Amino acid sequence: MTITKRKILGTIAYTVPAFFALVIVAIVLFVMTYIVIGGWDSLTMDFLLGSPEEGMTKGGIFPAIFGTFLLVVIMSLAGVPVGTFTAIYLSEYASQKSILARLIRFAVNTLAGVPAIVFGLFGLGFFIQFVGAGVDKTLYNDGMLHWGQPNILWASLTMALLTLPVVIVAVEEAIKTVPRELREASLALGATKWQTIRKVVIPNSITGMLTGGILAVSRGAGEVAPILFTGAAYFLPHLPSGLSDQFMELGYHIYIMATQSPDVEATRGIQYATTLVLLLLTFALNFSAIFLRYRLRKRIIT
Amino acid sequence: MQPKKITNTMMKKRFRLSEFLAEKLITATAFMSFTFIVLIFIFVFRETLPIFSAPDEIAATEELGEQETYGNIVLTDAERAVEEKQNKSIAAEEGVTAKNLAGDRWQPISGKPKYGLLPLIIGSLKVSLIAVLLAAPIGILAALFTAAFAPKWAKEALKPMIEILAGFPSVVIGFFALVVLATFIQDFFGLEYRLNAFVGGVALSLAVIPIIFTISEDAISAVPKSLTEASLALGATKWQTALKVVLPAATPGIFASVILGVGRAFGETMIVLMATGNAALTSADPFEPVRTMSATIGAEMAEVVFGETHYNVLFLIGSILFLFTFTLNAIAEIFVRQRLMKKFSGN
Repeated sequence: MTITKRKILGTIAYTVPAFFALVIVAIVLFVMTYIVIGGWDSLTMDFLLGSPEEGMTKGGIFPAIFGTFLLVVIMSLAGVPVGTFTAIYLSEYASQKSILARLIRFAVNTLAGVPAIVFGLFGLGFFIQFVGAGVDKTLYNDGMLHWGQPNILWASLTMALLTLPVVIVAVEEAIKTVPRELREASLALGATKWQTIRKVVIPNSITGMLTGGILAVSRGAGEVAPILFTGAAYFLPHLPSGLSDQFMELGYHIYIMATQSPDVEATRGIQYATTLVLLLLTFALNFSAIFLRYRLRKRIIT
Repeated sequence: MQPKKITNTMMKKRFRLSEFLAEKLITATAFMSFTFIVLIFIFVFRETLPIFSAPDEIAATEELGEQETYGNIVLTDAERAVEEKQNKSIAAEEGVTAKNLAGDRWQPISGKPKYGLLPLIIGSLKVSLIAVLLAAPIGILAALFTAAFAPKWAKEALKPMIEILAGFPSVVIGFFALVVLATFIQDFFGLEYRLNAFVGGVALSLAVIPIIFTISEDAISAVPKSLTEASLALGATKWQTALKVVLPAATPGIFASVILGVGRAFGETMIVLMATGNAALTSADPFEPVRTMSATIGAEMAEVVFGETHYNVLFLIGSILFLFTFTLNAIAEIFVRQRLMKKFSGN
């Protein structure tokens, strides 16, 4: 191979991958710019704090924001403790060879790969049709549907399940950053295992746990498929007042407004603005997670 | 687990209730995540069972029109029991035969419902194929650039971009595809249908790129330094090393990333629901609308009567999706674990 040929090939081999890397950057910036420009004008205080009016062609999206907030709060309350405990078990208690630990790891991996819509089916089949209907039958038994129908509790629990692997992976990663010397020092001082976990491991990995929680919230706020038929409502004149109420949600609102509303073109402004709100929300969450993780990594180096 | 050994060997363990409870509680909680997977299996498959218990030989009857009368009526227990029985008998009469499911028509809401899954499977495959064909080169080459060539500043600029892309909610990508991308592609190619498999595939590739990129990048970075250094020491240039040493060594990981990308594309719902037009056609033309399996569940589940055949068939579609992605994940896992181990352990 001549020198020039080598040089030309080298340039190609370098530029083509660089070009594709640039393509990704361009895509991200393009999508973001487009949505920001499209939604900026409609994004007012009244829009954020108002309710939909005139058949959702005017007004704000406060109920959807509130519903999303409620969804992620209930989801976190249910999912984060379970995820954290699982991560503690995997990294502190289980020996890597134990069958139980391997089963759990396998389950977490599988859970992470299950399509979001299948979680929705599970929520419908298990929470609503099995648990909910079971509760109705045993507690009320009046033929009315109380819990055996889509509501915010079942939607949140379904979402908690979906975000469980996110929490587990993040917390485990955080726990791994706690130096072994710290644990050993604690144990050498006579502390028990649980005391060590409580007083040494958890305080030292709290940032990571926070990261896990934030990432889960970001994921949960962005997913729509699992709540399509487990609790999200097209339009509600009032905010959900209890766990057995349905709710409006940002992502679902975008989907509905963009595909099912009677006059899709007339509400473009609202659609863009709602998308922008959801995008900003997930960004804010993701960035704080990235920032926390960055601080965590810095700690490992020093 | 080093600490455990120290406590065990250096002092006698005294029974402490709090220790015991903490360990048992944490173990039990951890076990829950395993239980959930089992429950998902059970409860998604359980709802498909009525299909298989229906007798095969009886074809669809004309009585079906009456079936849709009970919708949102509040029922007493007795009535509900009757309804359930009716549903069961109707399901039996309908006889969702294997022939019906293998048909090429998806018309679940009609006098004689047709539950042919073929158009949906074709739809899912078509959209996923387009998405992965687009995302794989972009993701893999960008990963190669990041791991092998990029200066530090480029790396640090690119990674957050990928995280942002991965953080885009799928409904946002779907919205973008529906409003912007579809019009652009229609004008560019002069297409008849605004929403079609190609638009869905392009949009879906945005969701697949981060997966392929991240896992490929991991695989490429994991190639031992000794290999690259040996190659460079033998006089190979940086790009020769990258293409002929690093890339082949990272192949199993890259392959796994593509498989996982296929899994993601296959299971993704909101993007295809919003961007593919949702017409259950069986054609090979990428510019015609399609209806994918996941989009069918997403669009129809909210409107079906619980326990009806249509409902069960939707769960069957979900089970197929579940099994398919499960298999893909398992294959990817095996590839990453075993092949990489073998390759790098030196023998």
